Amino acid sequence: MSLDPIFISGTIAAAALIGVGITHALDNSSLELSQLTAVSELVLVGPGSFDHPKAGEFLKENHPVAAPIVQETIHAPLEIMKYQVSVSEYGRCVADGACKPIDARKSGNVPVTGVSHMDAEAYATWLSSRTGEAWRLPTDVEWAYAAGERFRGDMESGESDPNNPARRWLARYRTETALGRKPDPEPRLQGAFGINSKGLADVAGNIWEWTSTCYIHATMASDGLGIASSIDNCGVHAVEGFHRTYMSNFIRDGKSGGCAVGTPPDNLGFRLVRDQPSLARTLLRRLGLA
Amino acid sequence: MLTRREALLGTVLTAAAVATVGAMPAVASTKDVAGLPREKVTLVPPPFVHAHDQVAKGGPKVVEFTMTIEEKPMVIDADGTQINAMTYNGSVPGPLMVVHEGDYVELTLINPETNTLAHNIDFHAATGALGGGELTLVNPGEQVTLRFKATRSGTFVYHCAPGGAMIPWHVVSGMSGAIMVLPRDGLKDDTGKPVRYDHIYYVGENDFYIPRDEQGQFKKYETAGDNYDDTLKVMRGLIPTHVVFNGKAGSLTGDNAMKAKVGETILIVHSQANRDTRPHLIGGHGDFVWEQGKFANPPAKDLETWFIRGGSAGAALYTFLQPGIYAYVNHNLIEAVELGATAHFTVEGSWDDDLMMQVEAPKAIAS
Ligand SMILES: [Cu+2]
Repeated sequence: MSLDPIFISGTIAAAALIGVGITHALDNSSLELSQLTAVSELVLVGPGSFDHPKAGEFLKENHPVAAPIVQETIHAPLEIMKYQVSVSEYGRCVADGACKPIDARKSGNVPVTGVSHMDAEAYATWLSSRTGEAWRLPTDVEWAYAAGERFRGDMESGESDPNNPARRWLARYRTETALGRKPDPEPRLQGAFGINSKGLADVAGNIWEWTSTCYIHATMASDGLGIASSIDNCGVHAVEGFHRTYMSNFIRDGKSGGCAVGTPPDNLGFRLVRDQPSLARTLLRRLGLA
Repeated sequence: MLTRREALLGTVLTAAAVATVGAMPAVASTKDVAGLPREKVTLVPPPFVHAHDQVAKGGPKVVEFTMTIEEKPMVIDADGTQINAMTYNGSVPGPLMVVHEGDYVELTLINPETNTLAHNIDFHAATGALGGGELTLVNPGEQVTLRFKATRSGTFVYHCAPGGAMIPWHVVSGMSGAIMVLPRDGLKDDTGKPVRYDHIYYVGENDFYIPRDEQGQFKKYETAGDNYDDTLKVMRGLIPTHVVFNGKAGSLTGDNAMKAKVGETILIVHSQANRDTRPHLIGGHGDFVWEQGKFANPPAKDLETWFIRGGSAGAALYTFLQPGIYAYVNHNLIEAVELGATAHFTVEGSWDDDLMMQVEAPKAIAS
């Protein structure tokens, strides 16, 4: 579980730290742009350190083990969307021809669902170019930090018997079953799942969120701490929500079946973080030099 | 878009898939296996089958196979319709592996870095770990070695099963094949008398679901990932656009027709990893047919058509009695003729008038 010794609760940017900074107010941004950004309410989560299980799958002496827990640090305040990107926000990207249409079941201020990692990336690219800002998916670490007490991580029983791999599978299955989470596929209005301690809405509700963290397949060093070797696979990214899972970039609907036991994400969606422009760059922009 | 180094896992990487990274655990019997003789087999593309003994010589051994997974576009009909195929060892279906009951199958599965997807293998002949699927998931750039004991004789399907919606998608993209586990003392008829075959052919049947564009033309996609959404929609309709043998409509006809001579006995192993089928040899029969493919059960005799359940492989033994062209079809004739499930045998030899003759050629109806 994550610890957040420095900032217990994130500051909610007053009246929405809207997606466009002062630089753009000076840029005569279009009406469309201000409509767009008016809903991008941001939360500012202060820096801090916390313990976090690494994303990916880990082998030790040739058998699977739980992900190693490492201390992670968020150095700069993290600006992250309070809500998941909504159907209407995403719809503007579609209207601009920069995002693939979705099979929307609902409209308005409902989180967009049925979006792949590629769709989320396309949206971030579009939003960045529309606003002149640096929007991107959060890393797995950033997401977990902002999720605070709602971060769960991988479905993990902790069981690992090198002589009997089935013990791990069974324990994991029991762990998931014991959680008793029922499928909940119907997206709700933004905010329906409440606000967490950092001020983010709908964390770990029924939308799982794409992150920018690639799946890794790693072998632990003999000391059990370091990683001896790992294969990164950026065709698959960590997806965060009620639990952490890993999905191929083109998947829009994470429902499982067949022998894939376990909790499938009810829905796939996303929220973005905004990288703060450097002070120098901001100044240059203001002076019209960049 | 997806780049070379990107690989795609199952939709839901949960218990099944997460456990895949483990190698086979060391167990008590490892020592016993270590003492067994080993044999390396080089697989050959279907419909042919690697050389093998019909009756085992000596005791159990470890039979080593290597399969390299290849993702590549393949043409599946005469019109040039293309599928982003996922293949075991470059062929659709994957090669037929042959061992004897009590042997150990040791497969090294290689997923080259040039691929984009994660794959594994689920052997219906194997026991535990979802048929080995849990222990064999490999990303591009990885390889894995699985060993399982062939404890039951028969013909069995193997297929890719990398989790969730990936499973049917990989299977209908071509990722299936079969293994034949022969009884140590060979095949026997319904009375227990040994039977032998002169030729063996492996016919793998595949159902494909190719999306169409607004004009009704089959669409082409640059990569497998690009076709996923569209293909899934066609798959959910459950009506294949193609039902073919050996990966392509017409691939076992003409120059590539299977061959035999009058008096020769053939064994046809037929697999379908996804969908029911009903093989029929037009003009011939199944002398002895293991419909379910499991040799511990006596074969059925003199069948006209046999039923292969989706997700299984069966075997039919037949001795040709007349020369000529035989069509070997899925006897849903729409699937055979319209969708592609037709193969041919060319059989040389002399004609037997006793079995059949045209007593009188067609002529005007006698008034
Ligand atoms: Cu596969």
